[in-house]
Amino acid sequence: MSQERNLLELTAHEAHDLIQQGEVTASELTAAYLDQIERYDNDVNAYLLVTRERAQEESGRSDSNGGPLNGLPTAIKDVLCTRGIATTCASRMLENYVPPYTATCVRRLQDAGIVTLGKTNMDEFAMGSSTENSAFGPTRNPWDLERVPGGSSGGSAAAVAAGEAIWALGSDTGGSIRQPAAFCGVVGLKPTYGSVSRYGLVAFASSFDQVGPITKDVKDAALMMQHLVGKDPCDSTSVEHPSGIAIPADRDLSGVRIGVVQELMAGGIEPGVMEVFTNAVKKLEAAGAEIGEASLPHSEYALAAYYILAPAEASANLARFDGVRYGLRAKGAEGISDMYEQTRNLGFGDEVKRRIMLGTYALSSGYYDAYYGQAQKVRTLIVNDFAQALSEFDILISPTAPTTAFKLGEKTGDPLTMYLSDICTIPVNLAGLPGVSLPAGYADGLPVGLQMIGPAFSESALLQAARGAEIAISLGSTASPLIRERS
Amino acid sequence: MSQQWEPVIGLEIHVELSTKSKMFCGCEVGFGGEPNTRTCPVCAAHPGALPVMNREAINSIGKIALSLECEIAERSIFHRKNYFYPDLPKGYQISQYDLPFAVEGHLDVTVDGKMYPVGIERVHQEEDTGKNIHAGEGGRIAGALYSLIDFNRSGIPLVEVVTKPAIHSPQVARAFLNKLKNTLKYLDVSDCNMEEGSLRCDANVSVRPAGQTELGVKTELKNMNSFKHLEKGLTKEIERQIALLEAGEKVVQQTVHYEVATGEVHPMRSKEYAHDYRYFPEPDLAPLEISEEFIRKVRSRMPELPSMRSERYVHELGLPEYDADVLTSSRDLADFFEETLVFYNDAKTVSNWLMGELLGVLNASGKELGEMGISAEGTAQLLKMIDAGQVSKNIGKEVFANMCATGKSAAQIVEEQGLTQISDTGELEAMIAAVIAANPVQVEQFRGGKEQVLGFFVGQVMKQTQGRANPQVVNELLRKQLAGS
Amino acid sequence: MAVTNDDVRYVAKLARLQIEEGELARYSQQLSTILGHIDKLSQLDLSDVEPTSHVLKLANVMREDVSRPSLTRDDALANGPEVESGAFRVPQILEAEE
Repeated sequence: MSQERNLLELTAHEAHDLIQQGEVTASELTAAYLDQIERYDNDVNAYLLVTRERAQEESGRSDSNGGPLNGLPTAIKDVLCTRGIATTCASRMLENYVPPYTATCVRRLQDAGIVTLGKTNMDEFAMGSSTENSAFGPTRNPWDLERVPGGSSGGSAAAVAAGEAIWALGSDTGGSIRQPAAFCGVVGLKPTYGSVSRYGLVAFASSFDQVGPITKDVKDAALMMQHLVGKDPCDSTSVEHPSGIAIPADRDLSGVRIGVVQELMAGGIEPGVMEVFTNAVKKLEAAGAEIGEASLPHSEYALAAYYILAPAEASANLARFDGVRYGLRAKGAEGISDMYEQTRNLGFGDEVKRRIMLGTYALSSGYYDAYYGQAQKVRTLIVNDFAQALSEFDILISPTAPTTAFKLGEKTGDPLTMYLSDICTIPVNLAGLPGVSLPAGYADGLPVGLQMIGPAFSESALLQAARGAEIAISLGSTASPLIRERS
Repeated sequence: MSQQWEPVIGLEIHVELSTKSKMFCGCEVGFGGEPNTRTCPVCAAHPGALPVMNREAINSIGKIALSLECEIAERSIFHRKNYFYPDLPKGYQISQYDLPFAVEGHLDVTVDGKMYPVGIERVHQEEDTGKNIHAGEGGRIAGALYSLIDFNRSGIPLVEVVTKPAIHSPQVARAFLNKLKNTLKYLDVSDCNMEEGSLRCDANVSVRPAGQTELGVKTELKNMNSFKHLEKGLTKEIERQIALLEAGEKVVQQTVHYEVATGEVHPMRSKEYAHDYRYFPEPDLAPLEISEEFIRKVRSRMPELPSMRSERYVHELGLPEYDADVLTSSRDLADFFEETLVFYNDAKTVSNWLMGELLGVLNASGKELGEMGISAEGTAQLLKMIDAGQVSKNIGKEVFANMCATGKSAAQIVEEQGLTQISDTGELEAMIAAVIAANPVQVEQFRGGKEQVLGFFVGQVMKQTQGRANPQVVNELLRKQLAGS
Repeated sequence: MAVTNDDVRYVAKLARLQIEEGELARYSQQLSTILGHIDKLSQLDLSDVEPTSHVLKLANVMREDVSRPSLTRDDALANGPEVESGAFRVPQILEAEE
């Protein structure tokens, strides 16, 4: 039993070493995680689909194979296409959809030897910040089952935090990796736009979406990234990572210039979060970082610009869900228009409909210049803000989210309130920069995340700084109660 | 057509490119075959799929733009054109909007000796949709109880050419489309087949009082699937509009459907909301930055265009303009002509032969030049045989037709069928003597001054020799013999 | 920025979403609130600012014109809600769109 608990506490890189050394078999490792899923997932609801037999088979094969990520039990956000395995995006629209192909980023990890545990829950079509917009019930935060895990990659973050996967794939459009990572006390990285292929990632907002790792520690994030990056001929917006990804060394933060973004601190941050953040910053300073004040003057407009551009792109990306070739089709329709309307009415939840309408409105005749056109210009301002700030600092930091995990149902009454959860993370997507969230401490027993942002394609330096922060903050084990309380 | 009214026509032409693969994915561009056998996640718009631009399609649109003497943009981007229709799998078409590939060109057309300049508004790149295989009565969309959709065609590269409203008669419109077709066939970028759908043409039609500069209300005329129907449809629509205006009514801006079976035009309900396409830049594709270098490369890969080739035939080869135009009207024909010249260097003779004989055979058989068994070298060989007197010109024409049909060489056919021209005076003298002896009446007539009777004698000799006698020799010998005794 | 029930109806039609009459008010109110927040963008004078449509500065990303195997017909049709004679069957198309 204690060995099983130990297995659940292992990071991916630790587990990999043990497998290489023959101390643990891939089958044992997978069995431990499948067991944990069996034990807790009825409560946590991190998974929409557990591919038990497949995982057992894959881990069995891993026992006699090599591979850089050999035998690592992985959870995959259900927004990524997996050939032969249902991919629903947590929507009724795709409840029975089985893709005929696998997303490039998933294939790369599979080629490196991961074991697929299953597909995780999310906000429907990645639209949301709490995983309460899932058509199949919310996921619960392993730190407090009455609370949300964050979103939209809530299932993936909860799975890692609950010991139901050694690591996971998520996606981030406005904070959907970083915010749930913060709420669940794990590490989440949104890579530079273009560094990870989007082929097979069901599109929400094409110029914002990125796939990234959700892991137990920073080194694991770097390890997964090494296998995710690389230009994909199937994705015109993907590029070869110019500097590659290095696994961070155990170093302090000497010489790293860190700017605390003033505008992201101003108002709206919960006192508990602020306290944890401030203490963490002190530790970074003690570890040798040069702390200063950074400014992103147009931050106040970022949310507004995002909530025009992302829904606009989404309104087009979701037009393919029409009941013709796959997915849900409403029965008894009289004519094609009726079929479209009924299908999309039944298939989409409220939030998805709301964003489609917002986006359609913003693009419609007469409104394009005022909304979409204007928002694209604000995007330029945000890009320039970051360029300016990152010329003065190596890394920018802020709390990842203004609050800790809120209670289920607390923010579902008013969409705008929910949108404000992403206020610290959204600007990073507008600029296409890399951002990582790591655990910074606890407020009232709930995890608080610290966000670090670097220049484009600076993942190695960014993760190195994050590792330095991880050491400086020294939280010790960040395992959630569901891992610790195994009897 | 009433002289009071001037029709104003703008054409919107879609050209399906004959690339190997589709515009944004590697599925094969084909025609026919079982439905839904040439699709993939990209062209069938599965969730998560992404487009990647086909380089050859860009080369092709480059050639098209240059052949129409357009200004090519330095920077061009794709836009999403958003609307719902079952054959449009993404619910948007990747097309171009305010930064198209090329603008401001022209293609001038000559009809009955008169030149009509036609300006080109824009040339842009987009992708084709899937196909409705209608079911239910009539085969028309509106009558069918349901439709079947095939996505094989979805994603095939499409180039859209839009003319300015600069055409003023259905005849010129037809001539324009024909010239555009020939130009595109020259470039080898498309099959340009209206029946198969690789060349499609819609028209914007309006009329205005002659002399007025302001344009009338225009309608969009669709579904003309051949040159003939294009001309017919335009004629009908112009008539319809004139009738309305002369009755004091207004022309409504709407789509007008041309019915192929009856040749009639039917206005359709207009749906205002259908035209809010909500264009925005395509985030999944990088912009095109078109350099001078690229344009130079495309130009260097372009074949000589018909108008330039025609000029060359006139100035360098000394052919009459008429001949040059006919020969260059098809790239295959012009190529064949020049190849023949390599082996037989008399432009006028070859020209006459091709215009007279080759085109005749092609028209009669309904086949394309490439399907014929005839080669340029073989043609030259035949012409040399005629020159050498081995075969008469008339027999030569039959031989040529045979060559086209069978692929055999001239020499082979002549030998097999014993068609060698008889020029041997000895053989002919005897035959001529016999003919003269057998027709005393005509001899009298000829000697009496009726020159044309000579033709009768020639005819008789020809009959007896199955046409193989050398006509000039026969003529000479006849005159000698008739004059003689 | 007030979004009216008519606006919602129009936009819903464009997006092929069926919003019940009873729901129109809720959506128009929510959209108005959101757009109200977004309206602050109109305060900015951005006449000299270039729009960003692509955050990565790429150009001329293309692939060679080679064909590769397509999905098998079975795979292509596998998820089809209604398939007939190898094609996707859809109900009557009443209006001819573009």
